[in-house]
Amino acid sequence: MDLQTYRIAFSTILIKEIRRFARIWIQTILPPMITTALYFVIFGKMIGSQLTPIDGFSYMDYIVPGLIMMNIISNSYANVVSSFYGAKFSNYIEELLISPIPHSLILIGYIAGGVARGLTVGVMVTLVAMFFTELQFYNIWVTLSVALLTSILFALAGFINAVFAKSFDDISIIPTFVLTPLTYLGGIFYSVSMLPELWQTLSLGNPILYMVNTFRYGMLGVSDISLGVAYGVITLFIIALYNYSLWLMKHGVGLRG
Amino acid sequence: MLALEISGLTKTYRNGFTALKGIDLAVEEGDFFALLGPNGAGKSTTISIITSLVNKSAGEIKVFGNDMRDKPMLVKRDLGLVPQEFNFNQFEPVEEIVINQAGYYGVDKHEARERCEWALKKLGLWEKRRTMARGLSGGMKRRLMIARALIHKPRLLILDEPTAGVDIELRRSMWQFLREINAEGTTIILTTHYLEEAEMLCRNVAIIDQGEIVENTSIKSLINKLDRETFILDLASPLSAPPILQCGYPLQLIDNTTIEIEVRREQSINVVFNELSSCGIEVMSMRNKANRLEELFLDLVERGVDK
Repeated sequence: MDLQTYRIAFSTILIKEIRRFARIWIQTILPPMITTALYFVIFGKMIGSQLTPIDGFSYMDYIVPGLIMMNIISNSYANVVSSFYGAKFSNYIEELLISPIPHSLILIGYIAGGVARGLTVGVMVTLVAMFFTELQFYNIWVTLSVALLTSILFALAGFINAVFAKSFDDISIIPTFVLTPLTYLGGIFYSVSMLPELWQTLSLGNPILYMVNTFRYGMLGVSDISLGVAYGVITLFIIALYNYSLWLMKHGVGLRG
Repeated sequence: MLALEISGLTKTYRNGFTALKGIDLAVEEGDFFALLGPNGAGKSTTISIITSLVNKSAGEIKVFGNDMRDKPMLVKRDLGLVPQEFNFNQFEPVEEIVINQAGYYGVDKHEARERCEWALKKLGLWEKRRTMARGLSGGMKRRLMIARALIHKPRLLILDEPTAGVDIELRRSMWQFLREINAEGTTIILTTHYLEEAEMLCRNVAIIDQGEIVENTSIKSLINKLDRETFILDLASPLSAPPILQCGYPLQLIDNTTIEIEVRREQSINVVFNELSSCGIEVMSMRNKANRLEELFLDLVERGVDK
């Protein structure tokens, strides 16, 4: 098998994934835009106007990066977990398993699909934010790179969830009981420096804190975390999850009898 | 050259159940091969292992000389599978399902479209190309799976009960299509519950039962092993009692116009006709009680159960 074959196979998976979430845009793209608009209205405008600035920024400006990142995280995860589990559930994952595509390429294809949805929603939410505040980008490269890396990381996490899921309930347990609490406690709505020391220390164990803060640095130029540490943590998680996902695929966990 | 070579293939599931007990099988290139067996015999497990959907416990598989362990990608490239269960995304249009499958094998978009048109037209699905798969009838879904399996021009096509639940008219048109692609050089392995189908299409056969190959030969030599046949005779006039024949062939009256008679290989059916005729009994028509292969199959499987 040559590179051209792999290129065609990869683009087939990616385009298929993009078509899937685009076909059901009312379920995939629109809801995060509406929810985020409500966050901006309620927390940013109504409650935020009563609060003192954080790190020199209005509350509205302060929560914008976190809300964009929250949507990137949840949509990258949701796309892969629902698509891959759906393929498993309806057995059409067999189309890929019998084909001469390496496991790594199947994995990368699904991850790319998750990233595509995560970033698409991220862009749409950013456009919504522009109706409420004037956006700024302190360092566009940090903003883009951390958005991409975060999307990859959570797409991988969604993949692992899908591999182990045995029912549709299983694909909602992690987002509900793990992802959402970690996201809300990851400094979207506050700076960790506002927390008591014990909680500040505990917060450092939350990987989402690193992503939200790095993204916030990219947009506003302020962060509770050092950029080097943040990139290091995100990269380590990506390497670990990628290798684990590949191991699961090679051993057919949840896929082959 | 052998299209498929299996040796010592064993599968033991985690619960301890051994589905395959070291089977050996060889299928020649260009063959139309039947893999038969009762439910749970190990047919689908064998196919799933060949197509990498199930991990084997032991044994070797070679497809066109390529070992599955050393060259899995080359093996996969040569294989096409039509599974027993529908396994496509019901929410995708027919055309997209087939073209995507071509993409997984590295076929570029332009060529994939041409091949898709050929396959869908051949299988009578061209008019439905933009229909969501869930909107197709059962027979159409089966044909869609055949089109999808052929899109990358596999050298070995494996069909796991492709005509299950398909009406006879459609089944016959599918047989014709399969004969054509076999004549063009594609090796075909077929599992089916319709033994008439295997007899009509296949040249060689293996019968698997309880995870073991109990017979592996040509269809002709298998049928030659049949030592007796049961015929049903439809009579012109009703009878009140079964006629007594001098030849002594076992006979029973099914109803007042139907006789069932068993004839051994060395015996002639003409004797029966002559005797019935001399008794004034007119036979209107005659048919086999069951497909010949079916009788043999039952015989072999029953022997396996007795063992």
